[in-house]
Amino acid sequence: MINKDKIMRTFWTILAMTFICFIINFPKEMPISFHFDRINFDHTFYRPDFKFKVGEKEYGKDLDLKFGLDLAGGASLLFNIDTSTVKKEDISSALESLKSNIERRINLFGVSETNVQIVKQQNEYRLKIELPGVENVSSAIKLIGTTAQLKFKGEVEIPSEATATATFNDVFTKDTGINGSHLNRASVQLNPNNSEPEVLLEFDDEGAKLFATATEELLNKRIAILLDDQPITYPPTVNAVITDGKAVISGSFDNKTAKELAVQLNAGALPLQINLIQQSQIGATLGKDSINKGIFAGIVGLILVSIFMIGNYGKLGLIADIGLIIYGLITLALYRLIPITLTFPGIVGFILSIGMAVDSNILIFERMREETRKGKNWNNAMELGFGRAWDSIKDANACTIITGLILLNPFNWNFLNTSGMVRGFAITLILGIIIGIFTGVFVTRNLLRVLAKEKIQK
Amino acid sequence: MKFRPLFFIISSFLLVSSFLSIVFWGFKPSIDFVGGAVWEINLPSNPDNSKIEEIFSKNNINNLTITNNKTQYHLEFQDISSDQKNTLDEGIKNLDQDYTELKFESLGPVLGKELLKKTVTAIILSAFFLFLFIGRRFKDFSFGISAILAMFHDTFILIGAFSILGHFFGAELDSLFVTALLTTLSSSVHDTVVTFNRIRELKRQNFQIDWVNLANQGVTETLSRSVNNSMTIVFMLLSLVVLGGSTTKWFATALLIGVICGTYSSTGVAIPLVLFFKKHQQKKK
Repeated sequence: MINKDKIMRTFWTILAMTFICFIINFPKEMPISFHFDRINFDHTFYRPDFKFKVGEKEYGKDLDLKFGLDLAGGASLLFNIDTSTVKKEDISSALESLKSNIERRINLFGVSETNVQIVKQQNEYRLKIELPGVENVSSAIKLIGTTAQLKFKGEVEIPSEATATATFNDVFTKDTGINGSHLNRASVQLNPNNSEPEVLLEFDDEGAKLFATATEELLNKRIAILLDDQPITYPPTVNAVITDGKAVISGSFDNKTAKELAVQLNAGALPLQINLIQQSQIGATLGKDSINKGIFAGIVGLILVSIFMIGNYGKLGLIADIGLIIYGLITLALYRLIPITLTFPGIVGFILSIGMAVDSNILIFERMREETRKGKNWNNAMELGFGRAWDSIKDANACTIITGLILLNPFNWNFLNTSGMVRGFAITLILGIIIGIFTGVFVTRNLLRVLAKEKIQK
Repeated sequence: MKFRPLFFIISSFLLVSSFLSIVFWGFKPSIDFVGGAVWEINLPSNPDNSKIEEIFSKNNINNLTITNNKTQYHLEFQDISSDQKNTLDEGIKNLDQDYTELKFESLGPVLGKELLKKTVTAIILSAFFLFLFIGRRFKDFSFGISAILAMFHDTFILIGAFSILGHFFGAELDSLFVTALLTTLSSSVHDTVVTFNRIRELKRQNFQIDWVNLANQGVTETLSRSVNNSMTIVFMLLSLVVLGGSTTKWFATALLIGVICGTYSSTGVAIPLVLFFKKHQQKKK
């Protein structure tokens, strides 16, 4: 038979794992006060921080549950990107610049945990933006929707007594007449002499003429480059008159900063127009309401299922219920660890997967009943029940996982669903099934071996 | 399997009434499919609907429908630009200083077609992979086809049921319904596979036995499990239907119909189909 020590070891491992999951799920702060007769208990429990150091680096994990826009409130915007203004070979760099420019603008807006995504849809490109917690969405739309403006402005002499108080905008007032439309593209290249990265600007014919005049007038002076009226780099100094329309900005760039500058320049050089095609906005109150109702419904459902299991299978049902609690703890802990952003359909997926987790137990218990009816003793019936039911559990859940994967669309195929709602549902469903198999089969089996064995053998 | 004629009658009745309802009553598609705007606001002063209508007609926004539950107003209209939204915001604010926005959604009609196309693709793709998987696992493609046909049976009835629910209770087809539809695919097959598994096991123990008796025994042995299992899922979903918010009500209802159908169809559709195919195969021999 199966080694007793091994069973006990597995049993303790399961308990330890449950305990760890319990701690992970612990609220950050939980004050407990308890007064009864002369017993007074006042203590606030804190969840331990998961932070540790390896060498110099510190690793930490934020264990709060993340909620999607539909639950936390906020706005989600979908824009159509008009790529017809840009040549085919420039589309990918134009899109990259658009994205980084919009991220920069949103940062100015002061919203945290935003999500900016470019989605390809057949031959069209879309820009998807999620702004959690934003209530006044129209100003955000205006800020995001305007096309990027790139300007080149020259330095002017400032009376020496005013230098101390002069701001950036006072110094760079000379309009060179050059803007983003004169710039064909910007790219990073390596300086052939010292192989340091530098940024190459290529102007079109008109831009080349304007740039020649500008560099002539501004020789040994600085030119500021402004994107949406914000300087994007320390203003470079003009070292020579440039007539061929190819300028190089060199200096203390590393690969990353040079690339960043090129991307920002391209936002102006390859401007893309975007049009709002979808917006949705959820107020924070509605979201909270949905969470509370969903949780309440989940708890009521869970209690009903537990009662049903105990009523139908007695002690076995009780063990299955313990398995379910462990299931709930592990799932929630994983939501926090991975982390998974919970949306409304996601919660429904979780609730549905509870039902499927119980299914494994029902399959097993029914099998055990059959085997006992055939006259097998309880222990054999249990082991046989688990063994026989495993085949069905495996096949049936594999089918659910197949559909789950098609819904989740992990490779981002654009002929399949890319909506966050459907995916949120799929991810919690798949996760729920995998954990459900683990707790429904492995955990309950070991719990049964340890907890139920002795009593019933008599 | 003496109930086969009964199953046949039930399934035909469900399929035909689904079909008729879809043809005659059609659907009530939400803005997810046809485009438009939904605006949910809370107006504590509880103004008359006509006052809201006035604001909208002033801004030339048509096709407005208003439903309200006490101070919560649910407005549906054509899709609008963000500038139009701003003027509406102001208009409502003049009507009621303390208004709060619960939800606003606006989308063009392009996305709806995409959603529909993607859903159909997902269904076909799921059906294909499940067919391959079941066919391989059971080394017999008549099982695969039967499972898939039972799955389509459930899908069709769910769609039909929503056509009926839409006609009488205003249930809308939205992207959540699509999710429910796709879940039905998997839960339907889930049940069928468990029953098939049992039949396979019985066949291994005694391969002399003929298919009809085999199916009878398999179904009897798995029935209590199927029903018990569905009961637990039904409990979970029923509590969502009754206690969950309005957003989930129809979603959970759709899942509920799907689960019940799935349990029925594994016994009532998939097994009779397997028997049908087997009979056919034997005749050929």
